[in-house]
Amino acid sequence: MRSRVLGLVALLVLVIAAVNALFVVPSDLNQGDAQRLMYVHVPSAWLAYLSFGVTALAGLGYLWKRDLRLDAVAVSAAEIGVMFTAFAIWAGMMWGQPVWGVFWQWEDPRLTTTALLLALYVGYLLFRRLTDDPHRRAARAAVVGLVSAVDIPIVHFSVEWWRGLHQTATFLSPDTILNPPAPVPFRIALMSMIAAFTLVWAWLMIRRYQLARADMELEERARRSRVAAARHVAIAATPAEEAGR
Amino acid sequence: MRADLAIAWAIARKDALSEVRGRQAVGSTLFFAALVLLLFGFALGPDSRRLAEAAPGLLWLAIVFGGLLTVARLHQLETEDGALDELARYPIERRAIYVGKAVAGGAAMLVLGAVLLPVGAILYGLDLVAAGLALPLTLLLGAIGFAAAGTFYAGVTVRMRAREVMLPLLMLPVVAPLLLAGVKATGAALAGDPFGELAAWLQLLFAFDLVMLVAGAAGYGYLLEE
Repeated sequence: MRSRVLGLVALLVLVIAAVNALFVVPSDLNQGDAQRLMYVHVPSAWLAYLSFGVTALAGLGYLWKRDLRLDAVAVSAAEIGVMFTAFAIWAGMMWGQPVWGVFWQWEDPRLTTTALLLALYVGYLLFRRLTDDPHRRAARAAVVGLVSAVDIPIVHFSVEWWRGLHQTATFLSPDTILNPPAPVPFRIALMSMIAAFTLVWAWLMIRRYQLARADMELEERARRSRVAAARHVAIAATPAEEAGR
Repeated sequence: MRADLAIAWAIARKDALSEVRGRQAVGSTLFFAALVLLLFGFALGPDSRRLAEAAPGLLWLAIVFGGLLTVARLHQLETEDGALDELARYPIERRAIYVGKAVAGGAAMLVLGAVLLPVGAILYGLDLVAAGLALPLTLLLGAIGFAAAGTFYAGVTVRMRAREVMLPLLMLPVVAPLLLAGVKATGAALAGDPFGELAAWLQLLFAFDLVMLVAGAAGYGYLLEE
């Protein structure tokens, strides 16, 4: 019930922030309306990193406490993180087409890093689907998530270096637009969108976690009934075997 | 600590021996990787200048493809007859098992690289002698990193459905920095390091090796749990 209140609040804040970012704040002098994509791109990227951080921490917690609820948190965060990562890439490409003239800019280290991030966590989710035993799945997924998390900084550094070791010029990318201080209305728009997206994220996390718990219960019930059925068959089979002899 | 090292060494020796004695598997992997180099030539040739330019990338892609088969095989041998479960039951440090397997994997990767380098040099017209010691050093660091990550991910996927596709799927995005640094270091070494960037890439490879070895050793024990 409380999650419904949170959901409504998140929706309300999102609508207000979006209307502000779309219609109230003036458009950028150089980029025009394309710049408004930043208001969804940056919050999505932030939530992608937040999600994968939560996945890693929940995994660590599982390995320590061996509590499947922590595994439910890990999978929820990973799934939501993949969604926001994909969305961040999509928004980045939509922005890149009018501003850079191409969807995919190999010289932008953030884009390439994010693509690898997406691959890492899609792999994590696929991996989970192929392992059946809940505890084995939780433990293995936890270490896979942790190794992915320690790999992310190396990926980031390597890609950053890759596009040119001696190049110091920063490329035009949504984050650097804010680097020379942006006008206050732009900053308020971005901050409120980040807040709205984070509220949506929290609501999604709660709902997805509840779903994961329900899944686990179902799995457990199916396992129990399988065990009971096997026992039943074993008992029923004995007299028949006797009669057969 | 010394006992652990002895165990790691014993496991590395055992894996290497079974690799050498089961000759056909090693041979086929090497042949496959060399074939990949040949096919890259068809894909990008016959302009030999373009091939020489792309050579470091092609070489490392062939090493990665061959390496995937190599690290998968090192674990497969033991799962088929349940030997890995036996190994996990021994009262020994699991880190020692990991290190042993990674050493054997690293040695296999070095052999792979040592075969592919001259083949690539012939096919793409590279001057290996001019590149000097930087090339073997790059290969060594790359082999260690790939084996460190590969041993871990082979352990992750070992008893899994669809592991043939899951191993590359999980591992390739993780080793992307290794591929990138390996290609750049090889390119710099072949060109005589005109921009003085070789050392930076070797350092990155070294850092990757270190992080993967530590993470792999710490995580491997959880993979052997029942």
